Amino acid sequence: MTALLEVKNLSRSFGGLVAVKDVNFTLEAGRITALIGPNGAGKTTCFNLVAGSLNPTSGQVFFEGRQIDGTPPEIVCRMGIARTFQIVRPMRDMSVLENAMVGAFSWTKSVREAKSKAYESLESVGLAGKANARTDQLTLPDRKMLETAKALSTRPRLLLLDEVMAGLRPTEAAGVVRVLQTLAEGGLTILLVEHVMRIVMEVASNVVVLHHGAKIAEGSPAEVVADQKVLDSYLGAGFHA
Amino acid sequence: MKRWLAGAMVFIVLTLVGLFADPYFISLMTIVLLFAFLGQSWNLMLGIGGQLSIGHALFVGLGAYSVGVLYVKFGISPWIGLSLGMIIAGSVGAILAWLSFRFEVRGIYFALLTIAAAEFARIMFGGWEFVGAMQGLFFPAPTGAIEFSMLRGGAGFYYFVALALAALGIIGTELISRSYLGYVWRAMRDDEPAARALGVRTFRHKILVISVSAAAAAAGGGILGLVQGAIFPDSIMGMGLSVDVLIGPVVGGLGTTFGPLIGSLAAIPLNHLMSAIGDSLRIPGLNNITYGIVLILVVWLLPDGIWPAIARLCKAIQAPSRVWLPHLRKAEE
Repeated sequence: MTALLEVKNLSRSFGGLVAVKDVNFTLEAGRITALIGPNGAGKTTCFNLVAGSLNPTSGQVFFEGRQIDGTPPEIVCRMGIARTFQIVRPMRDMSVLENAMVGAFSWTKSVREAKSKAYESLESVGLAGKANARTDQLTLPDRKMLETAKALSTRPRLLLLDEVMAGLRPTEAAGVVRVLQTLAEGGLTILLVEHVMRIVMEVASNVVVLHHGAKIAEGSPAEVVADQKVLDSYLGAGFHA
Repeated sequence: MKRWLAGAMVFIVLTLVGLFADPYFISLMTIVLLFAFLGQSWNLMLGIGGQLSIGHALFVGLGAYSVGVLYVKFGISPWIGLSLGMIIAGSVGAILAWLSFRFEVRGIYFALLTIAAAEFARIMFGGWEFVGAMQGLFFPAPTGAIEFSMLRGGAGFYYFVALALAALGIIGTELISRSYLGYVWRAMRDDEPAARALGVRTFRHKILVISVSAAAAAAGGGILGLVQGAIFPDSIMGMGLSVDVLIGPVVGGLGTTFGPLIGSLAAIPLNHLMSAIGDSLRIPGLNNITYGIVLILVVWLLPDGIWPAIARLCKAIQAPSRVWLPHLRKAEE
């Protein structure tokens, strides 16, 4: 296994507040890794540091061996890292298909090519049937999947998903899990920030646990839920996997 | 396809107007078409690119002065003046945008910067003796003979020049909207961070859309100068012109292809009519009052503008179920 992404001693403070403190982890190609932790643990900050939306105070991020920290988000995207936002951001007055096309323009100028890539992305998240719908006609799970499809159109090698399952019913989340598994089987590497522990157990092969900005545990889901520090700080004493 | 057919019919009607209408109406319609084109350039920048300019008179004026100075002072063809004006305005727009976005001045603050730049240019041209200062720059009176290479002719000739320009503006906007630039610009307009996350290099695209819009406005300004026969800094670069430019697209429908034309067709004749009525009734400023009331009504009742309302109406007539059912369902919920 080769490391697709390597995070080294990553730190970021906002004024006096240290949001991310000396975090290290690597992402193996073709696997799903989950970043978990209680609210305010620094998950989204960590995520934004990798995506280029924030610059680290210290530390480095390497993608395919190249140092990418401090690179603006549009360039990070063009290098092969796509992200979604926690709050869904569909573009108004654009159809579902048109929304999914935008990402493709990071590698082509042909509208026809973008359209066919957008169909492909929508197909892989199960939205192909709603390609011509307006985005405000979509349900919440569909909107979340549209965000994923938009990111997929950029042809990423690494997909960063920020709480795609938040606010979904268990059956809806199960659909999302299947989509993510299929994408990973197709060779895509995924890093997800997630709150719902049951889903993390099901989908991730590697889990990184943050608490107060620092990494407190890393390992397979089974290892992590057996870890005493994780139990104390996050899952609570009563958790049974 | 239907849209194009409707568009073609509008232009056939407008061509007939140019051939048979009386001179007063033709000169009014020339201004309407020119402002439709200027509105189109402004619409490209805000309606598609998401960048607000309240100083579009700067670019209009640069175009007008490029044509005017070259023609009046050196006898050089307005075609060259138009090209030069577009290059100058495009560059000024690009530099203004670059400086502004480089220092994170954006949104409404960028709009304020456009006003400042336009006012700066107005005062500068007003004090510049070579270009006529406040006394302005006068084109020689037209002989009435049409000289295409010098873009000179009578009122009828300029009507068709304005019509061609308006058609070019609509076709150009439509082509840009359908190209990758249209998608990328609209994505940037709706949500800049989200667009950047999808690989859109928003910094250069913002500069590009402003530059293209500025160059187009300069082309319109060059023709406007020729049509009016004289250029004065206070009118061609004044705040009033910047506002006149944006009335068409705001009334007609922001971000739509046909909005600026529809809006200009509605707003400018109304302004002239009210000004005539005001004169005969000895109520000065009646046109401005009516203008204000109409604008308030449009923004209040048709916040998307006239054109989207017409488009919705057409769709409703063609396929009532498709358009109204979702609305009804929404109402039920």
